[in-house]
Amino acid sequence: MTRVALIGAGKMGISHLAILGAHPEVQIVGVADTSKIVTDVLGKYSSFECFADYEKMLEKTKPEAVFVAAPTKYHGTIVKELLQKGIHVFVEKPFCLNVNEGAELVQLAKLKGVVTQVGYHNKFIGTFEEAKKLIDSGALGDIQHFIGEAYGPVVVRKKQETWRSKPEEGGGCLLDYASHVIDLLNYLVAPIDKVHGALLKSIYSGNVEDAVYALLETNNKLSGVLSVNWSDETYRKMSTTVTVIGDKGKLIVDATEMKIYFKDANCPQLYTKGWNVKHINDFAEEVNFYLRGEEYSAQIDYFIAAIQGKAVNNKNTFESAWLTDSVIDKIKKTKN
Amino acid sequence: MDRILYGDNQFFGVNHVSDEKSRAQMMKFKEDKTILKTIDIAIEEGVNTFMCTTHDRISNICDLIRQNQGNYTNLKIYPCMPYAHKYANAVTELGIVGTLKEYVPGNFFGSLFKGGLAFVSKDYMSMMELLIDAEMKMFKGIETPVIFIQNVLTDLIMGLGMKDVLKSYHEYIIKKYNAEPGYITMNMPMLLNMLESVGIKNPIICSSINIDGFRMSGGKALYEQTLKTKQVRAIAMQVLSGGATPVKQAIEYVCSLPNVESILFGASSRGNIHETVSLIRRFDEQKLVSK
Repeated sequence: MTRVALIGAGKMGISHLAILGAHPEVQIVGVADTSKIVTDVLGKYSSFECFADYEKMLEKTKPEAVFVAAPTKYHGTIVKELLQKGIHVFVEKPFCLNVNEGAELVQLAKLKGVVTQVGYHNKFIGTFEEAKKLIDSGALGDIQHFIGEAYGPVVVRKKQETWRSKPEEGGGCLLDYASHVIDLLNYLVAPIDKVHGALLKSIYSGNVEDAVYALLETNNKLSGVLSVNWSDETYRKMSTTVTVIGDKGKLIVDATEMKIYFKDANCPQLYTKGWNVKHINDFAEEVNFYLRGEEYSAQIDYFIAAIQGKAVNNKNTFESAWLTDSVIDKIKKTKN
Repeated sequence: MDRILYGDNQFFGVNHVSDEKSRAQMMKFKEDKTILKTIDIAIEEGVNTFMCTTHDRISNICDLIRQNQGNYTNLKIYPCMPYAHKYANAVTELGIVGTLKEYVPGNFFGSLFKGGLAFVSKDYMSMMELLIDAEMKMFKGIETPVIFIQNVLTDLIMGLGMKDVLKSYHEYIIKKYNAEPGYITMNMPMLLNMLESVGIKNPIICSSINIDGFRMSGGKALYEQTLKTKQVRAIAMQVLSGGATPVKQAIEYVCSLPNVESILFGASSRGNIHETVSLIRRFDEQKLVSK
């Protein structure tokens, strides 16, 4: 049994809480949120002990691990405090608003030897995992170019402002949507280290961008394009696609489908020359409890297993999430 | 419940195994009349129950059904609420409180905030009732003998251990709508245990049940064991598990299971609707004969 607490019971926090609540290896010791209505409802109908002040919760409940799903601007302070106490940390994406702060946390986590994870859940989706295996095996040959895209209907008209519409608090399409794509590109292709040009466009939002377009380059000199727009109502929900073009073939992958084209018959087992189409049900691994997608349960299972010494902690670490933060920072600095 | 229920995922681009197919379906079913025509095909095939989400466009379909009531005398609708993406996108944009302000009808929420929370907090259940009523409005005058909560909400409530919320929902559906409450879930065995623990017996539970074990949390064996040994009125959905196994084999499997009272399917062409319906009938008949 691992003793777990949650800080921040918004959309992602509540979702994590439900998965943790159904997890056989987890005991939830406390939930902290500043919203009275959230703690009131949880206090009344669930069995979790709720707190308005997370520091009081830490003091009283002494958790071994904490999930941080508070607004991004608080990540730095909260995570630092947790690391100093030697607590294992799962923090929602994006990691930190400030790259220096993030770098400090990466070092501190190493020093303390705790398990760390950031909620880039795409890495736990079967189709992206298969794409990773194929790319790493060299099946696409020398990679020439990649395209990372995400579209969805978050802000489709002018509306009231929340923290998501304030750049200083971690709002905007770059931090919320594009971060997923950048993280996935870093993982699937190679770490991005140059941004050759970027456009951050507001469509409906007053203070933040609703779309991000950028030209990217990886540390091994591969070129790529980023195209992300959260004001696209032709999508029912967020849809993330990565295309990778190599000299032996081409791969197009999203959360439900992987399409791969091989130029000749010399391709991996179970694949043939020409187009191959695989679906998530070919790869999805069974989970004990399902909410919104296998990946949300799988990433939590993995975090708990790593704490219990049953898995190696090398996926979605602070270090990989910090790399994503640094690309976000470069895009902000390059924007035209 | 009827043996065969016709679903609505295909109309709104809900496809669990292909985003691309989902977009193609959204284009195909752009017009409400195209949706209604496809429902008509299902009715011609002898399917009289339409199970659908409380999507905005269902409201238009209900209008069309009311306008042509003569053609739909035997049609029943099983509403499934809420249409979760509406709320999920709203929460991303407005936060939880902002979303409630936007969707809880009337000035209920306004007064809740004005008066402070503490003294009205016992009213969370009436807030749920108001939300249910708001979602149910579109079905006025149409027979809705079973009313479902969508899996994302059922499973969220279950994971949070909020048993009493499920119980209140159950009681409200019976009391207010004189209908049977149903539950959609991705975690059928776990849900059944929780419902039983609050005294809900032999509930209607709709979940993925398929030969491939796709989205059957806890495993196919646990589902089969639950169906064999416990009291549940199961509805099998995702029986084709998104297209991995040949249709015939997939349907034969589901038809062979005990306690699967109904099978929910979605298809958008006459050929596929006919094929699925005929296969279910054929395997059901074979089962009867072999008994």
